[in-house]
Amino acid sequence: MKPAPFRYERPETLDRALAALAAEPGAKVLAGGQSLIPLMSMRLSSVPLLIDINGLSDLAHITVDETGVRFGAIVRHSDLLEHGGAREVQPLIAAALAHVAHPTIRNRGTTVGSIVHADASGEMPMILCLTGGSLTVASTQGRREIAATDLFIGPLETSLEAEEIAVEAFMPALAAGSGIAYDEIARRHGDYALCGVGAVVTLDEQGRVTHARTGYVSVSETPVIVDVTECFDEGQVDERSLTAAGELALGQLDPETDIHGTSDYRAQLARSLTARVLRTAHEDARARGAQKVSA
Amino acid sequence: MSMTDPISEETHPVRLRVNGISYDIDIPPRRLLSDALRHDIGLTGTHVGCEHGVCGACTILVDGKPTRACLMFAIGAQDVEITTVEGLTRQDGTLAPVQQAFKDCHGLQCGFCTPGFLTTIAAGISDNPDPDQEQAREMIAGNLCRCTGYQNIVASVLRAAELQREEDAS
Ligand SMILES: Cc1cc2nc3c(=O)[nH]c(=O)nc-3n(C[C@H](O)[C@H](O)[C@H](O)COP(=O)(O)OP(=O)(O)OC[C@H]3O[C@@H](n4cnc5c(N)ncnc54)[C@H](O)[C@@H]3O)c2cc1C
Ligand code: FES
Ligand code: FES
Repeated sequence: MKPAPFRYERPETLDRALAALAAEPGAKVLAGGQSLIPLMSMRLSSVPLLIDINGLSDLAHITVDETGVRFGAIVRHSDLLEHGGAREVQPLIAAALAHVAHPTIRNRGTTVGSIVHADASGEMPMILCLTGGSLTVASTQGRREIAATDLFIGPLETSLEAEEIAVEAFMPALAAGSGIAYDEIARRHGDYALCGVGAVVTLDEQGRVTHARTGYVSVSETPVIVDVTECFDEGQVDERSLTAAGELALGQLDPETDIHGTSDYRAQLARSLTARVLRTAHEDARARGAQKVSA
Repeated sequence: MSMTDPISEETHPVRLRVNGISYDIDIPPRRLLSDALRHDIGLTGTHVGCEHGVCGACTILVDGKPTRACLMFAIGAQDVEITTVEGLTRQDGTLAPVQQAFKDCHGLQCGFCTPGFLTTIAAGISDNPDPDQEQAREMIAGNLCRCTGYQNIVASVLRAAELQREEDAS
């Protein structure tokens, strides 16, 4: 249970980190280490050179404006979770982060790191997709922005190149008239979810559903987003529309059997959580609308 | 000298700040912080159970926040203040409120998990000086204990908070 030997660098600037990464094939970035260090200790991962980015203080920012929330690569889950401005502009972030591991892990693990780690059981890759967010990555060649939809290509696999460092993630603001919810079933609070579902529901002035989307954790190899708007063709949230939404979503999911649960069980979780979060997101949208009117 | 030969492994001078004292040690980059504390510095209060972040036995405070010592490399911990369970005890040797509470409420049996609980709860009651049952449970949800059944640990959280409040009031 000890990592294999490696060399270590802790650059003070992004340029130096990028140069070090470009110079050494197989080198890896160390952020919070809450996924990478266990993998190294279990000898599931071995690296010639570890580039610790925790000294890059330029990447410790959380910036919030009306367009959304931007956060740098060394922002810890706990800092983002506690950020009042971020919570206001895009409440899905805090709703899901509260389910990411235990507070002790959140004190060290980074949200950008969990996005790049691309674990299909991780909450934040799905939230990046559900909010329509993006990731900014840098290399010695320059910067580029990757839309969430182009980022996750397989289990623990993203479209980042080996010599790229993710510097910042962006999650757009919640649209006017919308509400959100996130819920999951885990064996113990703080464990990885057996199934997790997020929802965004948008209402028009009359309170009719104009748009509804759900996002899924732990039931496919990559995060899955399903547009369930068509199930609310009469604008109502009722048993009929919620059941239809669950069935529509299941058609796009691929729950697998593993030691934690059978595929049937996971399908049932996805079905009932879909109805639950859509209902809660609908209530949330109404409550936010009412708040706006009274303000 | 091959990379896999542990004897030839390159070491680095590392300075750690632990319980207010600076320690200079010479270690390879792969030294986990938990091992540096126990083997290089000799502070064996920090226990090591799973070594992959799940059990919580190795929990220490990094700049006051509970953190897994088995999920940090010692070489990357040079710019932080570390507090281990040894650092909770007062200068005069008397027990901190959380330690006293575990004694009062029988919050431990074998004691293997206890250091991780003590550090976690010390930080927890400083964030939330008056937790209810539910918050006390949430506070320790990331730590495993194979002996007590947790009831007495939850009682210890509440008692620790009470002792701390009394101390702060006087
Ligand atoms: C007990 C336990 C329970 C957990 N439970 C959950 C959970 O319920 N849900 C959940 O989502 N997560 C969970 N986690 C994982 C946690 O959220 C990690 O913080 C996260 O997965 C990785 O973030 P990190 O900063 O620790 O990354 P690291 O471990 O440092 O890195 C992970 C990977 O991403 C790469 N990487 C990291 N940052 C960058 C970057 N900026 N640019 C390029 N590559 C980068 C690394 O090279 C590595 O391959 C748990 C962890 C533990 C130990
Ligand atoms: S030894 Fe660190 S969490 Fe178990
Ligand atoms: S007292 Fe024995 S593991 Fe907790």
